[in-house]
Amino acid sequence: MLRYTARQFLNMAVTLLVVSFLVFALNELTPIDVARKLLGPYATQDQVDILTKQMGLDRSLLARYREYLANALSGNFGESILYRRPVAQILWDRLGNTLVLAGICFAVIVPFSVLLGVIAGMRERSFIDRAISVFSSVCASIPEFALGVFLLAIFVVELGILPGISPLSTSGGWPIWSQFVLPAAVVTLYDGGYLISMIRASMVEVMRQPFIRTATLKGMPFRDVVVKHALRNALITPFTVILLQLNYLVSGLVVVEMVFAYPGFGRMMLEAALNKDIALIEAGTLCAVSVTMLTQILGDYGYMALDPRIRV
Amino acid sequence: MNETGRNILGGPLSDTVAAKPQRKAKWRTVPGRTWFALRQSPIAMFGGIIVAFWIICALFAPWIAPFPPNKLDALLIAYPYPSAEHWLGVDNLGRDIVSRLLWGARTVLTVAPVAVLGAATLGIILGLLAGYRGGWIDALIMRIGDTLLAFPRIILYLIIIARFGASAFNIILVITFTAAPIIARIVRGVTLDVRNRDYVAAARMRGESTLYIMFVEILPSARGPLIVDLFLRLGYTTVTIGALGFLGVGLPPPDPDWGGMVKETYGMIFIWPHMTLFPAAAISSLVIGFNFLATGLQEMARDA
Repeated sequence: MLRYTARQFLNMAVTLLVVSFLVFALNELTPIDVARKLLGPYATQDQVDILTKQMGLDRSLLARYREYLANALSGNFGESILYRRPVAQILWDRLGNTLVLAGICFAVIVPFSVLLGVIAGMRERSFIDRAISVFSSVCASIPEFALGVFLLAIFVVELGILPGISPLSTSGGWPIWSQFVLPAAVVTLYDGGYLISMIRASMVEVMRQPFIRTATLKGMPFRDVVVKHALRNALITPFTVILLQLNYLVSGLVVVEMVFAYPGFGRMMLEAALNKDIALIEAGTLCAVSVTMLTQILGDYGYMALDPRIRV
Repeated sequence: MNETGRNILGGPLSDTVAAKPQRKAKWRTVPGRTWFALRQSPIAMFGGIIVAFWIICALFAPWIAPFPPNKLDALLIAYPYPSAEHWLGVDNLGRDIVSRLLWGARTVLTVAPVAVLGAATLGIILGLLAGYRGGWIDALIMRIGDTLLAFPRIILYLIIIARFGASAFNIILVITFTAAPIIARIVRGVTLDVRNRDYVAAARMRGESTLYIMFVEILPSARGPLIVDLFLRLGYTTVTIGALGFLGVGLPPPDPDWGGMVKETYGMIFIWPHMTLFPAAAISSLVIGFNFLATGLQEMARDA
């Protein structure tokens, strides 16, 4: 167990190293003039050259990568050329906002999709199964920006009961909590739609097993068959998938954040990418990849806890 | 493998169908098989109709579009709503929305299938190679795939597109490289499963080349899961292209692109909601079509 954990974390460290180098090198393929960007269009070529030298940008890729790595390991991710602030500050700020939204969404999505998925899957091809399946399939099919636009049209334009943007400040006259409703609704419907069909499929599979038939035939009430026998088995496979949603919730929310002008991590990455803010892109990518790998490790342990047949 | 003995999903043909010789002729042609498969599932049929509708729109856009898609007409903005002349109204620059939707279908239905085919080709080759050869080749391919998959998808798109610019070619490239590892994993799984079966061993005894064994003997076994995955992937890819357009890193303007159309007009949703809602509905319907097709095919594969 201990060795397995150690290997997982070693694996994670190696991947992070490779990823950080790749992103660093990718931005070198067609070098952009950072010094020129900082000084603006009216600086003379001499000034640009001097700043380039001062920032050490004239050294080789490997030398600069080594320096970057040494700094990053001590927690210094450099300066964002877009916001003119240390990367770490912006990163934690935006990541915090996204984690709040992600937390709310996760707390709603999991019970919502487990409930609907189990109800749909326990009686395969019944009317209620068909209804839930179509609902979830439609929800998962509508792109987030389209879903956002539809909900905006209904709840903001027509009914006027919710704010259309969520900048997390009260200057627009809407309380903060109300600004979470629409973004969370979009994410819940889109992502929940996907999870419901996963959980339903797993539940259907379990309900076809002989031990369920045995339980039913010995006269056990259907409710008990579902809750005591089917539920745990049906949740083993989707468990990993549910955990993997954390990834999506941390780094996949860029579209939703754009629709509702939410100051989150995804929007920061988009702005960084559009402005070629390398330091910010690099740190953000490392952050996102770490989240992915941590959820994978977490998923493995959860899997082992749920299914006693699986051991390292 | 006997080609007529299996349906398009790789499942065995049911007895009733196999017993009727007059059905056999239909099974020989791809459209005949597809039609038969579609008739079995209402949900696949429904998805198929939506997709077919958009394919027809895309194919005939130059002839059925009432106006040129990029034709500006500032005078029309006085009354941009749907009218007899402009069925779905005009957008904020006075461009006819019906025409832009039709031409937009053309864009998305070119880029998405090409990207998915690219991903499938690369994924199939890598998956077969990893599964059949095993050893260090397998380890290397899977390791690279895992590293690519560790990147959150949308962030990988942003990095690459911000670096190399937004163009149809770059979008296709990015989708190819992010989807190929997943397809490779599916193919590898099937390959590991069948590579020691008798018919593969027989082909090896006959002295068939590795290429022949990989593509002719092994690949058909992966047909079922692959077809379902490809339709799902067409749906995802359509969403991705739309999302990139919405984020402003999609296909360059002014050519119509459904995501881009939503981006350009959603700030005006309070006064002119139709400009945003129609393209949003168009892209949603196409993705629903692809996903329903995939769901139907999946159900058929399970029942077979």
